[in-house]
Amino acid sequence: MPDLGKYAFAVLGSYAASVLLILVLIAVSFWQRSRVKRALAEVEARQEKADG
Amino acid sequence: MSIWEYANPKKFMQTSAWALPWAVGLTTLCLTVGLIWGFFFTPDDYKQGSTVKIIYLHVPSAMMAINAWAMMLVTSLIWIVRRHHVSALAAKAAAPVGLTFTMIALVTGALWGQPMWGTWWAWDPRLTSFLILTLFYLGYIALWQAVEDKDTAADLTSILCLVGSVFALLSRYAVNFWNQGLHQGASLSLDKEENVSDVFWLPLLVCIAGFILLFLTLVLMRTRTEIRARRLAALLARERLA
Repeated sequence: MPDLGKYAFAVLGSYAASVLLILVLIAVSFWQRSRVKRALAEVEARQEKADG
Repeated sequence: MSIWEYANPKKFMQTSAWALPWAVGLTTLCLTVGLIWGFFFTPDDYKQGSTVKIIYLHVPSAMMAINAWAMMLVTSLIWIVRRHHVSALAAKAAAPVGLTFTMIALVTGALWGQPMWGTWWAWDPRLTSFLILTLFYLGYIALWQAVEDKDTAADLTSILCLVGSVFALLSRYAVNFWNQGLHQGASLSLDKEENVSDVFWLPLLVCIAGFILLFLTLVLMRTRTEIRARRLAALLARERLA
């Protein structure tokens, strides 16, 4: 770990905030993806069944 | 082969399914190498001390905040002129990614500004234009949510994108227009005299590549979700009519 001296809060805070924001964005993107994918698969299966 | 083939949702889904794993791998590689190199293996700056390590997050995120809006501008123009749905959906998909980069630039800028300028915030031209760009991102996302008819939403958000482009441009060039701000000029320049030292510049380039790839990866993934959501809405509408 490098010695950040008196600026440790600014440097570590920047890295923590950035990583947190990116992780939230990735998590939301994956959550939306799986929710839409599941719903689409359900509807497609239902319509395939109905169409015979 | 024409570029407009990718405006076909099926073709886009096929191509992006092939490209996504590569994009994820390259993004992870560039961000890991760039950030570890920058954080652990670069020296402190003689003026700014260890706060110079913030450059590896602040500069790439600020660059991508503006470039994301530029990408939205291009795709919005394609929607307005050629009415390709994939381009409108790509713009919609890019907005939350651009907003996140804008927020990272603002937060890291504030954390960097406090020890260097003695203040978290100043009504400096670049900072202010960036704050306005954030509001445009929020307005753009809210407008997509607010309008029920998706084609009308695409029209309205495209117009908003054109207007917001003025602030995206201002964010980039504000330091050149007005000299009274606290914010320094560009950290990267083709003029070697103006550039940051090589010891910071090389890991910074890797981080910039990582942020560009992260943007591409997330936009590809989110556009695929938007295309699926559009198909889902169409199938549900068909069910209701049957």
